[in-house]
Amino acid sequence: MKFLYINSNNHCPLEGTLGVLLRHLTFMVSVVFSFTTFAQQTPAPPQTEQVAIFGATAHIGNGEVIENCTIIFVDGKITAIGADLMAPTIGTMINAEGKHVYPGFIAPVKSLGLVEVDAVRASKDEDEIGDFIPHIRSIIAYNAESKVVESMRPNGVLLGQATPQGGRISGTSSIVQFDAWNWEDAAVKTDDGVHMNWPALFRKGNTYQGEPDAFIPNKKYGEQVGEIKTFVENAKAYGKAASKEINLPFAAMQGLFDGTQRLYIHTNGEKEMIDAVTLAEKAGIQHIVIVGGYRAHKITNFLKEHNIPVLVSETHALPKFDDDDYDFPYKLPKLLVDAGLLVGLQNESMANFQTRNLAFYAGQVVGQGLDKEKALQLITGNTAKILGIDSDYGTLEVGKSATLFISEGDALDMRTNQLSKAFIDGRDISLETHQTKLWKRYMGKYEREGK
Amino acid sequence: MKLKLTALILFLGSASLFAQEYFPKNDGVKAKNNNYRAFTNAKIYVTPSEVIQNGTLLIQDGKVVQAGKSVNIPKNAIVEDLQGKSIYPSFIDIFSDFGVKKPEKADSQGRSAQYKPTREGFYWNDHIMPENNALNRFSYDSKKAEELRKAGFGVINAHIQDGIARGTGVLVALNDEGSEAKRILEDKSAQYFSFDKSIAKTQSYPTSIMGAIALMRQLYYDMDWYSKGNVETKDLSLEALINNKGLTQIFAAGDNGNVLRADKIGDQFGIQYAILAGGDEYERIQDIKATNAKLIVPLNFPDAYDVSNPYEAQYVSLKDMRHWNLAPSNPKTLEDNGIQFSFTLHELKSPSDLKSKVQKAISYGLSKTKALEALTTVPASILGKSGEIGSLQPGSQANFLIASGDIFDKETILYENWVQGSKNVIQSKDQKDIRGDYNLSVNGQTYSVSITGEVGKPKVEVKKGTEKLESKIDYSSDWLNLAFSENDTNSYRLIAQVLPSSDTITAKAVLSNGTETTANLTKTAPFEEKSKQTPSEKPNLMAVSYPNVGYGYKTKPKQENILFTNATVWTGNSILENTDVLVKNGKIAKVGKGLNAGGATTVDATGKHLTAGIIDEHSHIAAVTINEAGHNSSAEVRMKDAIDPEDMDIYRNLAGGVTTIQLLHGSANPIGGRSAIMRLKWGENSDGLVFPDAPKFIKFALGENVKQSNWGSFSRFPQTRMGVEQVYTDYFQRAKEYEAKKKSGQSYRYDEEMEVLVEILNGERFISCHSYVQSEINMMMKVAEKFNFRVNTFTHILEGYKVADKMAEHGVGGSTFSDWWAYKFEVNDAIPYNAAIMASQGVTVAINSDDAEMSRRLNQEAGKIVKYGGMSELEAWKMVTLNPAKLLHIDDRVGSVEEGKDADLVLWSNHPLSVYAKAEKTLIEGAVYFDLEKDKMLRESVQQERNQLIDMMLNEKEKGEKTQTPVQNKKERFECETL
Repeated sequence: MKFLYINSNNHCPLEGTLGVLLRHLTFMVSVVFSFTTFAQQTPAPPQTEQVAIFGATAHIGNGEVIENCTIIFVDGKITAIGADLMAPTIGTMINAEGKHVYPGFIAPVKSLGLVEVDAVRASKDEDEIGDFIPHIRSIIAYNAESKVVESMRPNGVLLGQATPQGGRISGTSSIVQFDAWNWEDAAVKTDDGVHMNWPALFRKGNTYQGEPDAFIPNKKYGEQVGEIKTFVENAKAYGKAASKEINLPFAAMQGLFDGTQRLYIHTNGEKEMIDAVTLAEKAGIQHIVIVGGYRAHKITNFLKEHNIPVLVSETHALPKFDDDDYDFPYKLPKLLVDAGLLVGLQNESMANFQTRNLAFYAGQVVGQGLDKEKALQLITGNTAKILGIDSDYGTLEVGKSATLFISEGDALDMRTNQLSKAFIDGRDISLETHQTKLWKRYMGKYEREGK
Repeated sequence: MKLKLTALILFLGSASLFAQEYFPKNDGVKAKNNNYRAFTNAKIYVTPSEVIQNGTLLIQDGKVVQAGKSVNIPKNAIVEDLQGKSIYPSFIDIFSDFGVKKPEKADSQGRSAQYKPTREGFYWNDHIMPENNALNRFSYDSKKAEELRKAGFGVINAHIQDGIARGTGVLVALNDEGSEAKRILEDKSAQYFSFDKSIAKTQSYPTSIMGAIALMRQLYYDMDWYSKGNVETKDLSLEALINNKGLTQIFAAGDNGNVLRADKIGDQFGIQYAILAGGDEYERIQDIKATNAKLIVPLNFPDAYDVSNPYEAQYVSLKDMRHWNLAPSNPKTLEDNGIQFSFTLHELKSPSDLKSKVQKAISYGLSKTKALEALTTVPASILGKSGEIGSLQPGSQANFLIASGDIFDKETILYENWVQGSKNVIQSKDQKDIRGDYNLSVNGQTYSVSITGEVGKPKVEVKKGTEKLESKIDYSSDWLNLAFSENDTNSYRLIAQVLPSSDTITAKAVLSNGTETTANLTKTAPFEEKSKQTPSEKPNLMAVSYPNVGYGYKTKPKQENILFTNATVWTGNSILENTDVLVKNGKIAKVGKGLNAGGATTVDATGKHLTAGIIDEHSHIAAVTINEAGHNSSAEVRMKDAIDPEDMDIYRNLAGGVTTIQLLHGSANPIGGRSAIMRLKWGENSDGLVFPDAPKFIKFALGENVKQSNWGSFSRFPQTRMGVEQVYTDYFQRAKEYEAKKKSGQSYRYDEEMEVLVEILNGERFISCHSYVQSEINMMMKVAEKFNFRVNTFTHILEGYKVADKMAEHGVGGSTFSDWWAYKFEVNDAIPYNAAIMASQGVTVAINSDDAEMSRRLNQEAGKIVKYGGMSELEAWKMVTLNPAKLLHIDDRVGSVEEGKDADLVLWSNHPLSVYAKAEKTLIEGAVYFDLEKDKMLRESVQQERNQLIDMMLNEKEKGEKTQTPVQNKKERFECETL
């Protein structure tokens, strides 16, 4: 297995043109074929020597870009970055001239690692029964060996928030990195936040009960909000006095009141967002994040006043209303950024495998006129801030984790998103996957047969 | 025989009420009334257009004898003077379930669908029930009849509103006094059809409208086959269908799309249906007109949406708001276009709603004559009963209305509704109008009394000085009852006979202590009707667009001659910088440098890219349904029967540079339905969207979906991949034998499904086969080879890379996703390198969507093939243009920018494979179907029109009109698996 690791991971420079690449691959496949079949990629060992990437266009993730940049990292942390650095004489030197370096992309509110195959119930662990279940913790179900998680890395998605789904309060998420032996290994921030699905003003009519086959006003909206209020108030009261009997759901809410955890409120409507923020603030919850925010552009002043960041849904979506602009989902993040909000991108409603397209959701906004570096922030620096991991992740800055990658070209565009190297906490991770192995196996077969 | 017997029993059952001439009589003497009745001095509508002023209507024995200016009134006539009053033929509704026992809903299905029929001796499909006669389930409903008569109806044609072939109707006069023998005018009055399955039956097929249509077609073929004596066994359904051939054929269709669908079935078999429409015919009025069908039109004008809450208002689409605005103008539009139509109460909550709805239609411009025709002569003529009902010609049923004036005026009072010569009083015409203000003096006290409301149903207010007293009034025939009380101990009860000659009413009064005295009501002021609203202004109507939704075009795009200059042009085999392309008469006339515009409009394309329009080999947009899942083979169904030209996703696809799609059947069955290759000509109707002379295609499917693995269904064959092979072998073998028989000259049963399979065997129809894992892909090729044909395309083909060499050898193309996987078990080994690997082995590869969202950015999906597998940009681009054109065998016309090809072009703001690129213009055959600038204007006009309509609806609410809760009618989005 060690042999495999060395060959396919560290010494497989994708040099840009297919011909070269294929020659390498063919060689490799012929050597390692018998070892590969179905094992997942082996997590990389800790960084042992200094790595310096030089000559790169470095996209910092905070809106800045540095041309001809050198990035040095030691023990998993960035120790130096800039255009005017002296070339180091020790450790690994990586020539990245003409290439681009990015902070690892971060995928919030996903069930990655909790679901393997959507249609196979036995492989699904993202949705527990119960309505108010903040004590349900995603981290312990996170599958570090998931083939779907592994497939994120070749596209630059290196971190994610493993998030429970369903119910009114779905549970508590954790932030993980995507190259780990087990869930403890993977955890970047355990139990980072509680996820709440806010009721909607409209709901789908129940045709069995004679309701129209359409979206109709949800008459129970007030009642459902009342249930949330009762739960949150109870949880808060519970935390004020030491109780002899532990109430697991209430106990799991306490981090919201002391500011150590975030409350992610999944909702899209104007009134719903205002109601949600008002209720949460009144309860003394300090960090509130809106997830979805389809109509957030209508209430940007409110969101700004209340300092509420928004994790907007994937741009590769159809408008929710027939009369909306055809490109509304494409431009919504730009509208919010232009209004001065802190904005990130997520694709909660999509199948997990789609999360590898995170970069392209950001790229889509560039097509609508958003500056490329600002678009990049939507999946790096901004997301890290929103999730509360910005002291270590999200940007290429001294003191932060060396979680980054090198791309042959512009990583926000599918044509040029071509990774040659990726590091998580300075560890030189594999960019191979179940999928690349199958690719090489079958191309190898055809080449051997002279086809 | 059985049926006739039942009818007879029905007649006999009620015979004692009104005996026939030849029946014995034991409860008295036989007495016949041969007297006449004459109604004189009336305005008589003999027909809607033949009106007699001051005429006489003479009737005898339930029939009209004569209606005219000068009528000889026989001596034995009862004469009634109707001075100032009007007589109309009473109304007819020919789409009703009056008196017909409603079918009971079958218990919901168990775990697995039911494929077999439940009946023996009938057609193989339970939803085909032409043998049903409404008469057998009919029992006269006098309560409902009264309601209907109040609304002006005299005759109803009722049928069993259940199933696809529904059998015959029963024509009934609403005559409470008659027996069934008299009031049933026709026991098999018309034959009814619909697209809806029986709620009483659970047989699975058909699950879709295209299945219902295919079933109708096969039914007619089978009828023909049976009528020629080719079937040895009995089929009572087909026999009934044959017997009912001569009747009026009525098809319950629904919205304008369904009207056209129904009419097309009829066209194919030489049948002109009368069609129940949906009330939205104005959207496609020219197409509706072209059907030549007589329509039965509901008056279901929607109430305004209550848009007072802006959060809720945003859920209502412009399409729905516009329908609120335009629906009442539908009858006028039908009239303006010379379409014959009758009205129906169908879809109205109550018959009493009729009057206000017709009034509304009239206030929107419908002529009163047409309105009356729609309720009388037209329904009669649809049933072929013009001589009997719907007019007051001699010999007609004496079914007529006596009204105070114009029947459609708001103030007009309907006095009487005569049915078959029997009088039914709705409101006494002899009753004096006592409404007005009075002084009441009784027991030495004076009160003021104000009588308002309706003549026959007045309301009262009694006051002492300014104090309002508790009071009650009742006024029937010519007796008035008035009760009021000043306090607990002082109450009055007044009773009086109202004399027509005097305005003063003298009543007997009974006081609380029992004392009887006299009370006098002296009129002080006549009644004045307070008009509730200002007279209605001319309605402000929105313009219809094509299609009639937001972002529809007010005028259809036309071909233009355009010169694109200085573009980067992507031809079939190169990328040319600084090149011009001239579009002329819908074709690409020239590609080169420094071209002369001639008369063409020049578009400066400097810095932009010009490509062929994108072709999506696998799409499910623009459809009303996707799967006919009732059988494991559904080759008989056609997607072109299920096209939805109003789908907003057509416009959104254009905005993503897509010009052509293959609308595929879903993947529920090993053998799916026939495809519709379409051009996205936004605004055209279904026929206009279909790619002209396109090659024939059909969808096949393999794997989990056809095995029904993911939705607990365990009874349908096949349940395994092993079974799938046998389905194909079986069907193709049968098709071979079918063809052999056909060619042999023997008579054969025309089987649409087999005809389609024969086309495949003969290479005249191409298969696009949904496929996942390598074993089944291989199997499919082997089955085809065994039957001597080739599979044209494997679509999805996620493990195509594992057998790419075999595919190349077989000669099949691959149309795949760029990067989808992990959504079900069979895509475990799907890899994004699939396209590149298949291409490396010489397979023609396309990238498809199967998804309404992805289809509008297929250019980006092609871009991913550069990333995954290092495809060259030109080759990647061809995967969404020229290659799918090749797979669809339309590459001689579309797919690349080459002289002589159709001008299906896209002008991109940027490199077309890039995530940053936007389609600025999308052309189909030289007509601009999407333009970024035009889109901007459309956005504004959509907003403007929304605001305008919201304003109008708010007004409506303020005026006190009924409103409805906002709803968002959302179109269902389809993918392969949508059932």
